[in-house]
Amino acid sequence: MKCLREFLDKQKPHFCEGGKFAKLHSVLTGFESFLFVPNTVTSKGAHIRDAVDLKRTMITVVVALLPALLFGIYNVGYQHYLALGQDASFWCMVGFGLLKVLPMIIVSYIVGLGIEFTVAQIKGHEINEGFLVSGILIPMVMPVEAPLWMVAVSTAFAVIIGKEIFGGTGMNIWNPALVARAFFFFAYPSMITGDKVWVANSCGATDAISAATPLANQVSGDCGVTLCDSIIGLIPGAIGETSVVAILIGAVILLATGVASWRTMLSVFVGGFVMSLVIMGNVDDALLQLCLGGFAFGAVFMATDPVTSAQTNVGKYVYGLLVGVMAILIRLKNPGYPEGMMMAILLMNSFAPLIDWVVVQANINRRMKRAKVNA
Amino acid sequence: MSKVIKLKKGLDINLCGKAESVVKGTVKSNLYAVKPTDFKALTPKLSVKVGDTVLAGDALFVDKLNPEVKFVSPVSGKVVEVARGERRKLLAVVVEADSKTEYKKFDVQGGTKEAIKATMLDAGVWPMVIQRPYGIIANANVEPKAIYVSAFDSAPLAPDYQVALKGKEADLNKGFEILSKLAGKPVNLGLKAGMESSIFASMKNVEINYFDGPHPVGNVGIQIAHTSPINKGEYVWTVNIQDVAIIGHLFNSGNYVAEKVVAVAGSGVATPAYYQVTAGVKMDALLASQSVADNYRVICGNVLTGTKVARDCYMCYYTNVVTVIPEGDHYEFMGWMMPGTKKFSASRLFGSFLCPKKEYDLDTNYNGEGRAFVVSGQYENVLPMDIYPVYLLKAALAGDIDQMEQLGIYEVIPEDMALCEFVCTSKIPVQEILDNGIALMMKETN
Repeated sequence: MKCLREFLDKQKPHFCEGGKFAKLHSVLTGFESFLFVPNTVTSKGAHIRDAVDLKRTMITVVVALLPALLFGIYNVGYQHYLALGQDASFWCMVGFGLLKVLPMIIVSYIVGLGIEFTVAQIKGHEINEGFLVSGILIPMVMPVEAPLWMVAVSTAFAVIIGKEIFGGTGMNIWNPALVARAFFFFAYPSMITGDKVWVANSCGATDAISAATPLANQVSGDCGVTLCDSIIGLIPGAIGETSVVAILIGAVILLATGVASWRTMLSVFVGGFVMSLVIMGNVDDALLQLCLGGFAFGAVFMATDPVTSAQTNVGKYVYGLLVGVMAILIRLKNPGYPEGMMMAILLMNSFAPLIDWVVVQANINRRMKRAKVNA
Repeated sequence: MSKVIKLKKGLDINLCGKAESVVKGTVKSNLYAVKPTDFKALTPKLSVKVGDTVLAGDALFVDKLNPEVKFVSPVSGKVVEVARGERRKLLAVVVEADSKTEYKKFDVQGGTKEAIKATMLDAGVWPMVIQRPYGIIANANVEPKAIYVSAFDSAPLAPDYQVALKGKEADLNKGFEILSKLAGKPVNLGLKAGMESSIFASMKNVEINYFDGPHPVGNVGIQIAHTSPINKGEYVWTVNIQDVAIIGHLFNSGNYVAEKVVAVAGSGVATPAYYQVTAGVKMDALLASQSVADNYRVICGNVLTGTKVARDCYMCYYTNVVTVIPEGDHYEFMGWMMPGTKKFSASRLFGSFLCPKKEYDLDTNYNGEGRAFVVSGQYENVLPMDIYPVYLLKAALAGDIDQMEQLGIYEVIPEDMALCEFVCTSKIPVQEILDNGIALMMKETN
């Protein structure tokens, strides 16, 4: 590692102001801090610091996403061969899935990180780790047949309009991955609704494979899957969202490490369950709703985004409950949008600051009241 | 027995190099200094010049805005240096100590509140009285709501005052008597649960509250918040318990004897233990027997709130512990990805969370880079107060004095939120932001 360190130290002058690669300064520091924790020491305030940093936090989320991603890759192949009615080995299905999903991940990372690096250089910021997670989330909420250029445009929109214009990671109002999906949804509605996009076709084939998601079927009455199917997840849907088991493994990782708030996660499920129970009238159907579509995925990985969700502990309960309630309400009462989770989270992202404001105002009122009593 | 106030929020940081519970001797140096920079928001005015001879208790400088607040020499001898920094800022007044300290005699007869104040101001012990809000030297012209003293320190490697104050019961009792006269009621004394049979539990003129929980439970600010939180327009005074004994000694003997016992601790010292010193002692004398290696940081105070000092510098005024820890100016390959069994974190993201009792040798590495606020709920977990820390900090960053007031700026000083700074994933300079907010409050509201 010493030679790598020496190599980096040798290159540094070229990337500083006046050097020939000065325009790539933020790229170098980004890579450098990726490879080595910097040698900066504390100068003000506390002399020692917690070992945790944003890189560690974000990589933990990526690790938590992996089970759902790997399952998604397998499921892409599985659905494909199922629709064609052909038998295929496990590795064959995984191989097909990789062929479809990897390009989407690569496109999302290249486009997103490219913009991040450019903005960091222009603004003189350091490169933020936020996109490590967004970059993998974006393909996971897309239909497998989404054309790569549409993924690229959606990602660019999400990073620029969803994040950078607010000031970057930590300043954004809406979850960037959901902004990408919402952009995709409204810009290219035919590519994310209906029954032609959820199962991957062979490369070069012209006819799309028809397979509706259970949510789309539900609009016309029966969703066509059992609770067991939806928990295991071998059903059509966006790449990462189908398997509740894989998502729950991720949830366990997030909760055990304390990266995601259990308050938010729990209350999304409670809110969703209560609302389903009210509408559907029985426990089995209500449970099925929590396992269908993007509900579980959204609850575990997207509603819990610390930047765009409510920040106060009390606020997190309210925010989570409302996300759950709204998701089911939109899904069951507005057939135009069978996938309510995206809308619900984006809607509640917008209201999260208001929820926090009410909570903080209560604290202020308590303090003012105490002052008056004593005066 | 009073009831125990149990706090759940907070964090104990278990560092290696704890001071052994014995006073290993007295450390003396040739030179002693009083540093105006130790006192927050002070504009000093010199009262001596180089070459003057002083007694222990003679004023070296005064507060320019409140000249009755004096800062006196801890030893008798000759003023040998008036150190100045940029723009002639007064940094230190250095006194060469006589071989035997001669003390100035003060009139300590006065039984009234005003007479006590006059004596404390004259003898230079008034700066030991800290005022909340803001954590500055108390304004002698206001009536405090109460005086609070904490008899224990919960910070990492903090001194045990039961060791430091052994045998000083008479001075302590006198000190509490004097302070209770100032407050017009018993002094609020905070003890840790389990200290029921300590020397502090039998003090007179005090009202004892017992506390239990992780750091910052020993911070007097936290104890105030859980017994009688500060409201707008109220003043609470706080005094460190070693200073209570010095004040008591003054009123018992008529002399300002600035002797205290400090813990010398941390992984960088050879024999972590307690040493008796006189305030303003030179650091290299204190560390002479500790064989401190080069790449170590010497801190007056604890690792969360202390001040980094050079080894040829002098001990800070409010110091009760001197901590020596390694500097962390090294790179670590893929450090953020390693399992991290030797790394300490309040989060559960490192392998080390599996062994909570382990002692850590932490260095001064920043462990990351500064970022915007991202993770939520972190600060709340280590601040046992009814305050929303991130909102308060954002109000301070925005310079919004109304918001700061509403969100509780009067109740906190940087030491109370030092743990927030420690745990922060985004490495936000919490104490500095709060300090700036407090400075703005003082400027705008006075």
